[in-house]
Amino acid sequence: MAKEEKILLEIKNLRKYFPVKGIKGPGVQAVQDVSFFIHKGETLGLVGESGCGKTTLGRTILRLYEPTGGSIIYDGTPIYENPLGPEGTPLGKAKSVNMLPYRRKMQIIFQDPSASLDPRMTVGEIIGEAIDIHKLAASKADRADRIKELLKKVGLNTEHANRYPHEFSGGQQQRVGIARALAVKPEFIVCDEPISALDVSIQSQVVNMLEDMQHELGLTYLFIAHDLSVVRHISNRIGVMYLGSLVELGESYELNRHPIHPYTQTLLSAVPVPDPKLSRTRQRIVLEGDIPSPMNPPSGCRFHTRCPYATEKCKMETPVFKEHEPGHWAACHLLDK
Amino acid sequence: MSEQNTEKKLLEVKDLRVSFFTPAGEVKAVGGISYDLNYGEVMGVVGESGSGKSQEAYSIMGLLQSPGKVIGGSITFEGQDVLAFSKEEMTSFRGSKVAMIFQNPMTCLNPVYTIGNQLVEALRAHDKTISKADAEKRAMEMMEMVGINNVEKRMKQYPHEFSGGMRQRVMIAMGLICHPQLLIADEPTTALDVTIQAQILELMKEIQKKTKMGIIFITHNLGVVADICDKVSVMYAGKIVEQGPVDDIFYEPAHPYTMGLLRSMPRVDAESYERLIPIEGTPVDMLNPPEGCPFAPRCEKCMKICLKKMPPYVEVGPNHRSACWLRVQEQMNKEEN
Ligand SMILES: Nc1ncnc2c1ncn2[C@@H]1O[C@H](COP(=O)(O)OP(=O)(O)OP(=O)(O)O)[C@@H](O)[C@H]1O
Ligand SMILES: Nc1ncnc2c1ncn2[C@@H]1O[C@H](COP(=O)(O)OP(=O)(O)OP(=O)(O)O)[C@@H](O)[C@H]1O
Ligand code: SF4
Ligand code: SF4
Ligand SMILES: [Mg+2]
Ligand SMILES: [Mg+2]
Repeated sequence: MAKEEKILLEIKNLRKYFPVKGIKGPGVQAVQDVSFFIHKGETLGLVGESGCGKTTLGRTILRLYEPTGGSIIYDGTPIYENPLGPEGTPLGKAKSVNMLPYRRKMQIIFQDPSASLDPRMTVGEIIGEAIDIHKLAASKADRADRIKELLKKVGLNTEHANRYPHEFSGGQQQRVGIARALAVKPEFIVCDEPISALDVSIQSQVVNMLEDMQHELGLTYLFIAHDLSVVRHISNRIGVMYLGSLVELGESYELNRHPIHPYTQTLLSAVPVPDPKLSRTRQRIVLEGDIPSPMNPPSGCRFHTRCPYATEKCKMETPVFKEHEPGHWAACHLLDK
Repeated sequence: MSEQNTEKKLLEVKDLRVSFFTPAGEVKAVGGISYDLNYGEVMGVVGESGSGKSQEAYSIMGLLQSPGKVIGGSITFEGQDVLAFSKEEMTSFRGSKVAMIFQNPMTCLNPVYTIGNQLVEALRAHDKTISKADAEKRAMEMMEMVGINNVEKRMKQYPHEFSGGMRQRVMIAMGLICHPQLLIADEPTTALDVTIQAQILELMKEIQKKTKMGIIFITHNLGVVADICDKVSVMYAGKIVEQGPVDDIFYEPAHPYTMGLLRSMPRVDAESYERLIPIEGTPVDMLNPPEGCPFAPRCEKCMKICLKKMPPYVEVGPNHRSACWLRVQEQMNKEEN
């Protein structure tokens, strides 16, 4: 997993709220002031429970959702800027750029392969459409060649170009989705649960293919998934989200060996391990209660209602996300001593 | 899990065959499977999507949907012939002896009744003597046990007011409330977050220990299998290709499909990056299954005979059998020496 030390994408205090009709206040606080950077050629994994804001964060970075505040810097250029003031409110009117060139550079692969492909279009048309939007083919022949080349690259046959999505298995449909994303020669891809809908035996095929594409094309990934073992495998670093906030970030094997945030510790202890002897001896940290609603998140540390170590301070003050060991970040008052 | 009371037979399935007669032809969804389940035993069923796991379970419950039909074999529960049950006998069997937790909870919760009402009715259908107040108390206890807060309020709510994960927990509560002797759980935790999944698995183990119920646990997740199962059936294209005690399946797999599955997952103890080894190829088209061994088109070890004849079972260890020509050969070699 080659990694250059150049930063391709950086987000600072990125925030996304969804207003709720008929209700005053900020609405659904889906992404709460998240900051991180991704090196060129790197894979950053993003994990956390359902509804914690992973998809929203991925889409907000691509500006498929308009951010509520913070900034997004792509390859040195701020593509969105609306810094937060001392009161935590965005300062003023957002500055942004024409997204068209970035739409090509930044792509997304979706969780549900069948729902993300138009059933009335052939696979060739689906891939061709992406090429046309960004005018990436010089001629008809060039376009056809590109389509064939892409199909081969993702492990499909060139004859597959004339078939419709429903004629493919889930794993093959996901390959089509990947071919479509690659058609526009992107640099950065948000992979939103790209393998969750696939059989175990097919998941590893797609993971390997994503890795091969990354090496060959120098791609940078934000890899969102539930399955921590796959995320650890594919990512250089992993970020852990809880209720809209990033609570921990670190090198992936280091984070697995040595999680420092109480929520990460819980999450890791809950992952069932495919090893019967190990699983008999493992101690689980079982959390009480449900994840609170992002419409009305707890004050202070958002994890305090379920954290076994919570103190009065945790209810009052939001812990700062900072670097505790080189490259290992977390937001927890316990670590501040 | 439990050493006690695992000798007595609760369920015996013999050469069960289920087919769907569709306009395009016969789909042999379950192609002759056999197993025993003892009191207090947990059997995991793993396998690719479409391999027949759910249809097999539906046949025990008498819930096969047309055009699906049991076309052969037998199901014996505590000495009784389940396939010969009249409609009334089947209904009472389902109400009192077996319970099923379905893959999709919405299909079996009634949208027009409150959650409390449905739990109480399930209980009273089973135990005609229980008073309404006692039934309500039990229902609330059960809801608390599956990790639902605010039970008094929750009892009065309707299914649509619950999140997907909570509905699944209600389903689990419904399955467990009547203390069935056999619980069939079809992907009961797949839609849940790992922390909730951990809670539910602990709960199922606890109840199972107390009541000695047998559990058939259908899942894709080999981590869950390692955690809760005593033995495992591995299905591929409507057949059980390998069956054995959980430790044998994980540490001494005897079928290339099982080996492939285990190898294709990231290792738990990996300290650094290791490339995954996928099972190549695509799942079987059940309308046109291959002749001979169904795994042959994807098997690295495939021999000539594999393409012609389905391999018979070979005992490779105590209670451990595999349907693979390699094992047949090994056995023949052993007998020669
Ligand atoms: N378009 C929207 N309008 C309003 N609320 C939304 C919208 N999209 C997401 N949300 C809410 O924002 C929160 C975060 O959702 P998001 O889909 O980002 O979570 P996630 O981490 O991707 O979850 P999952 O693992 O289930 O995919 C949730 O509470 C969700 O209900
Ligand atoms: N209504 C139907 N008509 C025709 N074939 C059907 C029907 N329902 C199921 N089948 C077939 O029965 C086979 C077994 O299906 P089953 O639902 O048992 O799979 P499964 O192992 O539970 O898969 P999953 O993991 O996706 O739940 C499938 O290959 C499917 O094609
Ligand atoms: S800040 Fe407090 S509540 Fe939050 S994780 Fe740390 S100890 Fe727990
Ligand atoms: S019978 Fe042949 S094809 Fe089938 S699993 Fe064994 S070796 Fe492979
Ligand atoms: Mg999501
Ligand atoms: Mg199923």
